[in-house]
Amino acid sequence: MEERKKLLEIENLKKYFPVKAGFGKKQYVQAVESVSCHIYEGETLGLVGESGCGKTTLGRTIIRLHEPTSGKIVFDGTPIYDSEKKIAVPMLPYRRKMQIIFQDPSASLDPRMTVGEIVGEALDIHGLFQGKAERRERINELLDEVGLNTEHSNRFPHEFSGGQQQRIGIARALAVEPQFIVCDEPISALDVSIQSQVINMLEDLQAEKGLTYLFIAHDISVVRHISNRIGVMYLGSMVELAESYELCNHPIHPYTKTLLSAVPIPDPEKTRSRVRQPLEGEIPSPINPPSGCRFHTRCPYATERCKQEFPKLKEYGPGHYAACHLLEDGKL
Amino acid sequence: MEETKKNLLEVKDLKVSFFTPAGEVKAVDGISYNLGYNEVMGIVGESGSGKSVEAYSIIGLLQKPGKVVGGSITFDGQDLLSFDEEQMRNVRGKDISMIFQNPMTCLNPVYTIGNQLMEALQCHDDKITKEEAWDRAVHMLELVGINNAEKRMTQYPHEHSGGMRQRAMIAMALISEPKLLIADEPTTALDVTIQAQILDVMKDIQKRVNTSIIFITHNLGVVAEVCDKVSVMYAGKIVEQGDVNDIFYNPQHPYTKALLASMPRLDEDGHERLIPIEGTPIDLLNPPQGCNFGPRCKECRKICLSKKPPYADLGNGHISACWLHFMEGAAKKEEA
Repeated sequence: MEERKKLLEIENLKKYFPVKAGFGKKQYVQAVESVSCHIYEGETLGLVGESGCGKTTLGRTIIRLHEPTSGKIVFDGTPIYDSEKKIAVPMLPYRRKMQIIFQDPSASLDPRMTVGEIVGEALDIHGLFQGKAERRERINELLDEVGLNTEHSNRFPHEFSGGQQQRIGIARALAVEPQFIVCDEPISALDVSIQSQVINMLEDLQAEKGLTYLFIAHDISVVRHISNRIGVMYLGSMVELAESYELCNHPIHPYTKTLLSAVPIPDPEKTRSRVRQPLEGEIPSPINPPSGCRFHTRCPYATERCKQEFPKLKEYGPGHYAACHLLEDGKL
Repeated sequence: MEETKKNLLEVKDLKVSFFTPAGEVKAVDGISYNLGYNEVMGIVGESGSGKSVEAYSIIGLLQKPGKVVGGSITFDGQDLLSFDEEQMRNVRGKDISMIFQNPMTCLNPVYTIGNQLMEALQCHDDKITKEEAWDRAVHMLELVGINNAEKRMTQYPHEHSGGMRQRAMIAMALISEPKLLIADEPTTALDVTIQAQILDVMKDIQKRVNTSIIFITHNLGVVAEVCDKVSVMYAGKIVEQGDVNDIFYNPQHPYTKALLASMPRLDEDGHERLIPIEGTPIDLLNPPQGCNFGPRCKECRKICLSKKPPYADLGNGHISACWLHFMEGAAKKEEA
C-alpha cells in the first residue's frame, strides 16, 4: 500500500493563555494540551468537542494565528514551528498555503470594505496579479466560484444574508489558492436550509482543487458527513481519532461514547429507543484541569492510574487511536 | 362545551404583524392549532419563520412594533387576546410560563437564584410564607437535577454554568405548576451532552407535573426525541402539522421533505450527498403572491406561484398546505 502524503503534522502541540489571578500570581488556561496528529493531503479531518474543549484554539494555533506555547508543526515537510529547535519561520509565505474560514461571517468581514476589496486584499498582499484588469477578472472568477454574482463585488457585507456572507469568507480564503484550509465552524451561524448549500459547496471545491480541510464543528452529524477522519477533543486534549464511519459506529473511548449517544437523531423511534450513556457533572475548568486523564472526574470507569497519568494516543485498530488507560490495560 | 374542554390551547387563524418603517411584515400569517392536555407540541422552522413571535403573542410579551392583527387564542376556555395587562400578568408565570433561549441573559444578575425562584411564587400568591416558598424552590431545584440545592439558592447566576442556569430557568418556569410551558429553543445555546441532560429533565418533569409544552426549535433531532405532535413553519405559516411519526416517516409537504433530506445524519451509512434547499428564505416585506415556499420548491407548478394553497386533510390530524395534494391525479397523468 502506498503511503499517503502527510500535508500537516503536529506533535505535542500546546497552547496556554495567561490569565490574571490576583497579585503576583500567574495562571494559565490550558486550552490545548499535548495534541499530536497529522492530516493527509486531500482529506478532511473533522474536529468535534463541546464548547471550551480547545478545538478552535487548536485550529488557530496550527496556522499560527495563535503562537504555540510549545510543540512542533510541520507543513508539507517543512517545520514551521518547533519549540525545541527554536524554529519559528515567518508566516507570510505560508499564509498563501494555509487559510481559514471563520465562524461568524458578519464579524469576520470588514464592514467598511466592499466585497471586491475584501477578496482583492489577499491578492494585493501576495501580489498575485499583473495589472488592474487581471485583478478584477480574478475577483470575479472567485465570486463566481462561490456562487455569487460579479456585480456583488461593489457591495458591502451588510447587504448580504448570512449564507452569502459566509460565501464571501470562503472566496477570501480561496483567493490565494491555498492547499490547506481551516474551516472553523463555518456553518454554525447559518440556517438549516442554507447549511447544506455551504457543505456541498465546500465538498465541490475540495474535489475540484484538491484542498485539504481541518473542519471544526460542534455538530457531530455535520462533521460525520464531511470528514474522512474525525478527532474528538475533551478539555484541550485529543481523546480519540479514527475514520469517521469507524468512530461513529464503533467508538471506544468512554467520552466519545457518551458524546455520540447524546446527539439527537431525527427519527422518533430510533432516538427514543436508544440507551443513553449519562454524563454526570460539568466540564472542569481548563485553568485547573484534573490531573492525569482529563476525563477521569466524569468517567464512570476511572481508576487510580487515570488520576495520576496523562494518557497518550495509542492505536487500537487500523487508524483508530484513543487515549485511555483502561483500553490500554484491556479493562474496557 | 365539551369541545373546548378537550384542548388546553386553541389558536385560530392567528395573525401577527410588525409595522416597520419599511412596511408591514406579516411575521405570523394565519396559523391554527390545538394543544391538548399533557401534550408536547414541537414547532420547527428556520429563523424568521415566526415561531418565536407566535409564542410571544400567546404569553403576551409581544413587543412594539409587533401587534396581533387577527385571530384568537383560547387558553383553558378563556380568550387570552381580550385580557388587559393586569389580567395577563395573573396568567403569565402562573398558568403559562416560558423558558427562554439564552439562560445567560434571562436571569437577573443582581439577585440570587433563590430570590428569583421565590419571587415567581410570591408574585401570584400573597399568602405563601417565605419559608414555604423557600422549601418549594429547593424542592424544585432538586427536581431539575441540581445538587446541593440549598447552597445553590443563595448563589448568583454567574456562579452557575450554562446548563445549571438553564435548569434554574426550568425550575423557575415550573415552580407554580403551570398548565402550559412554552420552551423557546431551550437547548440551542447548550452543548449536546448538556442538551441531553436538559431534555431528560424536561421529559421527566412533564410526566410528573402534567403540563403541556410547546417546544420551539430548529433542531429536528430534538423534536423527534420529545414531541408528540409537530408543526412545521415556513415564512409565517404552518405548512405541515401532524403526529411526530407522520411528520418523520411520512412527510407530505415539499418543505418538510426537503428539510429532512438536507440534514446530515449521524445514522446514515455511506456518504450521501446532501440535497440542499436552493435559494434563500423569502423577504417577508414582499411575500410572493402564491405559496411562500413556491420560489424554492422543486415541485413548483404554475398555480403555486399565483394562489396560496389550502390545507389538505390527510387523516389522523395530519394536514399539509400544498397544491400537489389537490392535483395528484392530474399531475401524475401529466408526468406519465
